[in-house]
Amino acid sequence: MSQVIHHEDHYDAEGSKIGMWLFIFTELLLFGGLFLIYSVYRYKNPDAFHLAAQELDTTIGAINTVILLISSMTIAMSTTALQKGQKKITLLLMVTTVVLGIVFLVNKYFEWGLKFEHGIFPGSEHMKTTLSQGEILFFGLYFVMTGLHALHILIGLVLILVAYYRITNGTVHANRPSLLENAGLYWHLVDLIWIFLFPLFYLIH
Amino acid sequence: MENAKHHIVPYRTYLFILIALLLCTFISIAITNIELGELTVTGALVLASVKSFLVLTYFMHLKYDRPYIRIMVAFVFLLFIAVIVITFFDYLFR
Repeated sequence: MSQVIHHEDHYDAEGSKIGMWLFIFTELLLFGGLFLIYSVYRYKNPDAFHLAAQELDTTIGAINTVILLISSMTIAMSTTALQKGQKKITLLLMVTTVVLGIVFLVNKYFEWGLKFEHGIFPGSEHMKTTLSQGEILFFGLYFVMTGLHALHILIGLVLILVAYYRITNGTVHANRPSLLENAGLYWHLVDLIWIFLFPLFYLIH
Repeated sequence: MENAKHHIVPYRTYLFILIALLLCTFISIAITNIELGELTVTGALVLASVKSFLVLTYFMHLKYDRPYIRIMVAFVFLLFIAVIVITFFDYLFR
């Protein structure tokens, strides 16, 4: 006769939520540190930052901002759908979020590609010989911060896909929504970071 | 553990917040086209702060959660601001 060990279900929605918030705090301070560096270098090189920022395309930045804002709405709506037991709508909203996130990354890919074509990338000879120190600092921060942000988008997408899978196999549902809610929290964090990245890099005039 | 069914936020609420966010975005783009010098940065940051408040309060559910989470979030933001202020005390007086 086989022995089956039954574990008591230790599901703790509030505990999971606190856990994700604590992690979000560390992420906020991580990007906060980078924003700190940005603020000092901008303070010390106002004209160079102004000049360098003109190389960035405000339209792409704005489109990406809109994309992320909409995706935040869709993932938030998915938690409502889950709680209402509307499984199909939940999944549809999650897929929409993921697609929007991928479009964002594709835009970033082209944006960076354009920079690389113009010889602007970390350590490039072109930057070192033609740009002022302040401009080089601007682009250093631009690549690191948008790059780290893009990595976080990727992580967020993976989290949402894991939640998607768990919803389809029934382990995440209206009475056990934490995975989706916390994946949503992480996604909103990614949006929050971009909300500050956008004006500080694209809207310097 | 409490079995309280937590408050289900209507779809409409999220849509309205998105509209507000989009408005703030367009305003911040518009004001950077006006020459306001120093004020442009401040304006952009103020609008970004409004947007983050909306995302935090509604999308991230803080409005509907127990207050201690809001307090912790506020603390982290204040900590960050404090670090920036103190750093600038150094740079402003070199």
